[in-house]
Amino acid sequence: MSGAADMNRNRAVNWALLAYIFLAYAFVFAPIAASFVFSFNSDRFPSIPLGEFTLDWYRAVATDPLVWDGARNTLVVGVVVGIISTVMGFGAAYTDYRYRFAGKQVYLALALLPPTIPVIILGLAMLAYLSRINLSGNALSVIISHVVVCAPFAMAIVRLRLSQMDPALEPAAWNLGASEWMAMRHVIVPFCAPAIFGALFITMAVSFDEFAVAWFVSGLNETLPVKVLGFLQGQVSPRINAIGTFVFILSMTLVILAQLLLSGRSAKTADKE
Amino acid sequence: MRRSISLYSLTFSLPLLIWQVLFFVFPLLFLIALSFWTVRNFVMSPDFDPVNWTTMYGRAVFWQAYGTTLALAAAAAALTSILAFPAAYAIAFKLSDTARRWAIFLMVIPFFTSYLVRVYSWQIFLSDNGIINVILGWLGLGPFTMLNTVGATMVGYLTLGFPLVVLLQLFSLIFIDRTLIEAAHNLRCGRLRTVFEVVIPSARTGLVIAALFSFILSFGDFVSPVYLGGGEPTTLSILITDTTKSGQQWPRAAVVALTMIGTLMIVAFGAIKFAYRGKST
Repeated sequence: MSGAADMNRNRAVNWALLAYIFLAYAFVFAPIAASFVFSFNSDRFPSIPLGEFTLDWYRAVATDPLVWDGARNTLVVGVVVGIISTVMGFGAAYTDYRYRFAGKQVYLALALLPPTIPVIILGLAMLAYLSRINLSGNALSVIISHVVVCAPFAMAIVRLRLSQMDPALEPAAWNLGASEWMAMRHVIVPFCAPAIFGALFITMAVSFDEFAVAWFVSGLNETLPVKVLGFLQGQVSPRINAIGTFVFILSMTLVILAQLLLSGRSAKTADKE
Repeated sequence: MRRSISLYSLTFSLPLLIWQVLFFVFPLLFLIALSFWTVRNFVMSPDFDPVNWTTMYGRAVFWQAYGTTLALAAAAAALTSILAFPAAYAIAFKLSDTARRWAIFLMVIPFFTSYLVRVYSWQIFLSDNGIINVILGWLGLGPFTMLNTVGATMVGYLTLGFPLVVLLQLFSLIFIDRTLIEAAHNLRCGRLRTVFEVVIPSARTGLVIAALFSFILSFGDFVSPVYLGGGEPTTLSILITDTTKSGQQWPRAAVVALTMIGTLMIVAFGAIKFAYRGKST
């Protein structure tokens, strides 16, 4: 792809576009960077010039047992939601890719619509419904609601990948004697592997960050974002920055670890071959 | 051809279907029922009374909030798409493969940070004594009131939608057949014309879906209008929280909620139809 010479090359336009990329990332990372910097800043009402370096906000957060409960709930919910959503989303994406059937429009609508429903509405509906069937007020209710929201993301990501696959590939495997299950195992899943891991990370991230539905249904088992919402509603304090930075470093560590593990394993199989 | 209904096909298709019927369709149906319940002396009781609908639809406040929310979300979708496209385009076509992988990785990072934390962080930038006003002060300008304005709400919507829109646009741009672009160039099609007549039509599905996501996220968001926009003007999401808080008026909140769902369904179906128009599958 690198050698593709294009006739309309223009240096000024290229520089402008690269500068634009830089600006876009500056906008995206400005709040993240600010939250990091001000989590170490002593001022009660953060601005520049900076005050003194301090770890007070981290100390305040670390000594709050409610924050620790929230962190544990968030992590458990996120991992379970990520796995369930990705598995079910993959199934639905494959169904859409492979089959035509009566009522497919309805099926796709059910599979893709939940994120179009604002979380505040979903929260209200979930709370009302789950408390009717005695499921509200615990971590399970948060998992149930989050899968509803997250599975469509997984489905969309996998479906996008499947649409890039040569449609003749799977029938070719059948013609060569593979059963449907074997074709799935050796053709479809390997082809979709990047999308599957992508879906897993994205759904986990969506769950980590989701606070509105969790706020409605979680009861006493608050996740960390719900706790942050509580801080935001009460007196604003840089403790939010400390929690944000802590969670950010934690999830980034997980992502980078997963990346390393994945690339390490594929390198090993390449060695064997 | 193999049979459509088999253990194999059901294994993949059924789990999500069952889950979404149980925990998505049923709660929403319950919301419809709830909208006909009545509240007396702060106690809800099952009923079949359209009083909640007539009360809410008879209020000017409701229709004002409806118009505001629709306009804000449409503006956010347009603004986010327009601002994101040059970035997605540049990442897709102007970066090396390695740089592009890094760009994608960096654009995923915001998903791993809390939206609430980022909104709080924007308060540090935009407040009267915030970073931007201090910098403007050095230049002898300002201070300007930026927090609690519609502009600040828009910054919040951008924070919410921009990374997702860039990624979705990027994924649709990456998979455009490059030979199409080369062909256009060989036929002496100018740079900008290639973008508008080859690149954008080829990537239409992804671009429309990206804009749709931005619209949906902004339409239902209550964090930016409250914590950056200062709660003025009232959006439908603010109306829901206010109605819920005021003495167990959940049935009225359900009316607002159902109206929002109806609107979103119309917009989403329209957008998807437009996105996939003229495609065989």
